Amino acid sequence: MENRVFKYFTTKKKSLVSPDARQKLLAFASLVVIFIIFSIASPNFFKFDNVVGILLATAVNGVLAVGVTFVIITGGIDLSIGTVMTFSAVSAGIFITNMHMPIGVGIIGALVAGGLCGLVNGLLIAKAKIPPFIATLGMMLVTKGLSLVLSGTKPIYFNDTPAFSNIAMGNGLIPNAVIIFLVAAAIGGFILSKTVLGRYTVALGSNEEAARLSGINVIKWKIIVYVLTGIFAGLAGVLMASRLNSAQPALGAGYEMDAISAVVIGGTSLSGGEGSMIGTVIGAFVITTLTNGLRILSVPQEWQTVVTGVIVIGAVYMDIVRRRNANKV
Amino acid sequence: MGEVLVLMEEIEKTFPGVHALNQCKFELRAGEVHALMGENGAGKSTLMKILTGEYRKDSGRIIYKGREVDIENPKAAQELGISIIHQELNLMPHLTIAQNIFIGRESKKGSKFIVDENFINEETKKLFKMMNLDLNPRTKVSKLPVCQQQMVEIARAVSFNSEVLIMDEPTAALTESEIEELFKIINMFKEKGVGIIYISHRMEEIKKISDRVTVMRDGCYVDTVNSKDVTIDHIIHLMVGRTIFESAKIKRDINNKEVVLEVKNLNRGRMVKDVSFNLRKGEILGFAGLMGAGRTEVARAIFGADKLDSGEIYVSGVKVTINSPSDAVEHGIGYLSEDRKQYGVTLGMDVESNIVLSSFKDFLGPLGWIKTSKTSKIAQEMVDRLKVKTPSIKQKVKNLSGGNQQKVVIGKWLTRNSNILIFDEPTRGIDVGAKNEIYKLLNDLVEQGNAIIMISSELTEIIRMSHRVVVMCEGRITGVVSAEDATQKLIMQYATKR
Repeated sequence: MENRVFKYFTTKKKSLVSPDARQKLLAFASLVVIFIIFSIASPNFFKFDNVVGILLATAVNGVLAVGVTFVIITGGIDLSIGTVMTFSAVSAGIFITNMHMPIGVGIIGALVAGGLCGLVNGLLIAKAKIPPFIATLGMMLVTKGLSLVLSGTKPIYFNDTPAFSNIAMGNGLIPNAVIIFLVAAAIGGFILSKTVLGRYTVALGSNEEAARLSGINVIKWKIIVYVLTGIFAGLAGVLMASRLNSAQPALGAGYEMDAISAVVIGGTSLSGGEGSMIGTVIGAFVITTLTNGLRILSVPQEWQTVVTGVIVIGAVYMDIVRRRNANKV
Repeated sequence: MGEVLVLMEEIEKTFPGVHALNQCKFELRAGEVHALMGENGAGKSTLMKILTGEYRKDSGRIIYKGREVDIENPKAAQELGISIIHQELNLMPHLTIAQNIFIGRESKKGSKFIVDENFINEETKKLFKMMNLDLNPRTKVSKLPVCQQQMVEIARAVSFNSEVLIMDEPTAALTESEIEELFKIINMFKEKGVGIIYISHRMEEIKKISDRVTVMRDGCYVDTVNSKDVTIDHIIHLMVGRTIFESAKIKRDINNKEVVLEVKNLNRGRMVKDVSFNLRKGEILGFAGLMGAGRTEVARAIFGADKLDSGEIYVSGVKVTINSPSDAVEHGIGYLSEDRKQYGVTLGMDVESNIVLSSFKDFLGPLGWIKTSKTSKIAQEMVDRLKVKTPSIKQKVKNLSGGNQQKVVIGKWLTRNSNILIFDEPTRGIDVGAKNEIYKLLNDLVEQGNAIIMISSELTEIIRMSHRVVVMCEGRITGVVSAEDATQKLIMQYATKR
């Protein structure tokens, strides 16, 4: 059983390999260390069910984190991903339950809803030149409200379409949601390292002015990056709605913090220009592993966020130190 | 020299308040190195930015290889075959050499979206082979020293098969041997028929590498000469030769006055090299030199804004340690920066607050609150004394004109009783009328016993105001000229002497 769990880790690493291998190894090593510590601390930790629970808990946040990695690499930020996720879930609910459309349409509707929110973000930031923090903060509030408006402030249930919950929960030992997350991460990684979009994402974050003077249409590509993040938020919305078998319009706010923390713990710099999907995936797992392990050890819930916060600061600080030393050479 | 590659005619460009280019022309032929020269603000950069698509011309014509063209953006210029290597390198530090060179061109033939890493690495290797460079295309650009970064930019231009190459101060960061390598590459370009526009202030280099020189002054075209037919003196004359109205200046003899500030062997990185000078009471010490000469860096180091590598500072004969601006202010030094909007005033606050900004300690009541009766009184006195045009001391500084903002900054330092004042480009962006007021103010200040260091790029201003002129070039002091001996030509010679 342990073998099957670890197999997923190793296959993922192969397809997302990037030059800064050593940093990834370090992050991965710390995750392993955390696993070992908790396994020693409690016999309940390294049980199959629990590990699956960790994987499942990471799925939704992981997809959000994969999406927002792009925005952060450009040196921007997206605070709206949590509420856009909910907005997409509500959209799926409206299509599937209220309008009785096929599940496929609902899913696509959710992705489109997320993408549209991303488009608005992109236009505000790239064209109207509103700072990303402000623009996405505003959108966060807008989509939060819209979710409540569209759903009539009530949850939308998917009871008429039992197949919907299979999306996240179905299929044997490992829930689909985990597989979907890992596939999404693989696609995200591929986009980042092998496509023109990924290259321009890094270019924008590294030196936007140089990119502009090199002939890159900075406005167009920035908008595309935010749309991409929105689509991933849409996917996260589908996963979350499927897990809960309902679209909960009041949820969502706060998820962006976990997602951004995952990205940062994974080694992506908030100032832009560098980052990796593997890092984000590892960062997402670190957060949920910590939360899970602390809960198993009966640490009160309040302390869990304290620990997460400390880890975020510690991870960023270690990264800054590592960078400084690398530059000294 | 071959056919005419670029012909720019009757180029006009105006920015709000500034007529940057006035009927400018420029001609570049294939296979020539054509130097473009002029003082700071002459319009060289603006003209080149129009050629490379960064700016749009207001009117005039650009004729490229016989065809009239309209260069709308940097990409259009690139596609025409015009490349520029900026003084501030335009590289993306997190990307590799190959990724930087081929940014925008990295996709496979088949699919537009996928990056072909092998292709760009191979092509880069080929480029380097041709240029005789030994660099690994997979190295991140941030890890390269500046001269190699510059080579990457040049390689980029080569990869576009550019026929027109503009180099802006290419040798500023290079050592002698690196410059030799650069010149070899430039000659290689010449043989291939590439036309090179070479912007530089380094006279000896210009004489060595260029075929022709075009001089600009105050946004206008002055002349084009053959490099081997003219002397450096003649070029300098073309650059500065304007009639100056110099009022008879009666400069008080300051030789007997005490030395209020003395600095010895100041060093800071590349910008301040072994700088020593003294400043006397009642003196206006001018600091002349070209952009990048290091004058602002010297001022900031004395003021504690930047940390010195080594050197000593003496105020009124006593050695002092200045680690921060507050130390400098304690010793009576005030600094009016080049960019007053960024460093001199807090635009959102009112005149009164700005004037007392450095001196709050003097205006506090017993429990630490600010005595507004006192601050208002002092601020009003200062406004009257300096004749600041403002409806009231409660007016927000951002609503004042540039000249009056400058007076507010002066008022701040006077309120603090700073007696050593460093003015960095005090009349930049200020109209003629207000300029005269500032000049009068400066003279009044030194009459009252203060001492002033005045950094300026306007030679007329420096010659008019200074008792002595210190000239800097690339971090070093290259000459100190007294008021009687100071001429624009002499100062320019020192300013370009390496």
